[in-house]
Amino acid sequence: MGVSSVLAAGAVRLSEEANCHLVPWGGGSDCGFPAPSSEIFNFSPYGTLAIAGQEFNFTKPVVLAIIGSIFLIVFFLAVFRKPKLVPGRMQSVGEYGYTFIRDGVAREVIGKEGDKYVPFLFSLFFFVWMLNIWGIIPFAQFPVSSRIAWPAALALVIWPIYMWLGMRHQGPVKYFTNMMFPPGLPKPIYLILAPIELVSNVLIRPVTLTIRLFANMFAGHLLLTIFAVATFYLISPSLVGVLGSAASFVMSVILTGFEAFIQALQAFIFTLLAAVYISTSLHAEH
Amino acid sequence: MSWVIAASEGEGANVLALPLYEIIIALLCFFIVFGALAKFALPNIKKTLDERADAIEGGIKRAEEAQAEAARLADDYRQQLAQAREEGAAIRAQAQADRTAIIEEARTEAAAAAAMVTARAEAQLTADRAQTIASLRHEVGTLAVTLAGKVVGESLTDDARAQATVERFISDLETQASSAEAGA
Repeated sequence: MGVSSVLAAGAVRLSEEANCHLVPWGGGSDCGFPAPSSEIFNFSPYGTLAIAGQEFNFTKPVVLAIIGSIFLIVFFLAVFRKPKLVPGRMQSVGEYGYTFIRDGVAREVIGKEGDKYVPFLFSLFFFVWMLNIWGIIPFAQFPVSSRIAWPAALALVIWPIYMWLGMRHQGPVKYFTNMMFPPGLPKPIYLILAPIELVSNVLIRPVTLTIRLFANMFAGHLLLTIFAVATFYLISPSLVGVLGSAASFVMSVILTGFEAFIQALQAFIFTLLAAVYISTSLHAEH
Repeated sequence: MSWVIAASEGEGANVLALPLYEIIIALLCFFIVFGALAKFALPNIKKTLDERADAIEGGIKRAEEAQAEAARLADDYRQQLAQAREEGAAIRAQAQADRTAIIEEARTEAAAAAAMVTARAEAQLTADRAQTIASLRHEVGTLAVTLAGKVVGESLTDDARAQATVERFISDLETQASSAEAGA
């Protein structure tokens, strides 16, 4: 559906056409604004692979994630394969990413032992960013992390790591008692605090981690889609139509820039929280 | 816009659904990326960054060492210079002392030699004088006796008395001479 077909509609306003829907999810025949619904997050698979009774649907987000993963591997292997003491341009860029995670996240949050977790945090940050940034890559334009399974899977990776580290560094029971009874509070407070801390650290953390990333990407994509659809929906040979369409177009450009920022920020927050959880497992709170 | 059409045919619209296949693929993707980066990419860059930090810190350390070495050398040099100066002064003082000693020695030797020459000359003179006196006395005696014999008309030559008279006479002469010498 291009601009030419919209213009071909001639003097008749789009919303007055008999079958005026630009997008297929509008349904009905009232020609109201076809607001994008949650359906835009579901895709029918390009292909399906059945392994041991489990069907693997190669939908758009799955394909984008696979392409992105390959890109990450190829890019960082190319950049870091033979690093020089005096770096070239690409190596400098890669090094900036590495020192950003090492100094800004691992050492900042975890401390001296943080260096051990740099490879994990580095992979996590760039993986999440890659999932997010598909939202503004032309023609792809779908943030993979707006499908809740992706952040959930990453939370499922982080949860056992910090649980295991906590039990290993503080003791299998001490980890939970340290978490439930932070020192220096009046005794009765613990009646309320202890169960809250337990539930918060063990159950809520992975859920909030998942939902924060998912909801940000979901809302961002919905917003972008609304203005992109409105740009086409509102256009008509009238002052209101042109102004409305132009305003919607400008908004979608601004929101694309905003999304670029949010995508990097959410990837950073996701990684930072993973580091915080690892850090609290390594050292009991004082 | 094929994806939009695809969306309309999707399975339901529950955005909170967690399809197992998607979670498995997500885990696979993440672990493959993590494994590849952690094994093949990041150790290299970690090593390089560590090496660079080492090179910079090592450079600073080497510069500090060189500076310390230079300071130490300058110190040594100054110390050696002072030592050399001291030694020079000592040598000069020694030479001065030696010179004085040599001059003194030469002077003493010269004085001794002079004294010896003087003594020898004096001894020679004394001997000559004694010899002269003896020969004079003999000749004067002989002459006197001869003269006296000629006056008296007889030989007094072998006379013991004449001999004694001559002896007394000469002794008187000597006494007069020595008193005249003392007077002079």
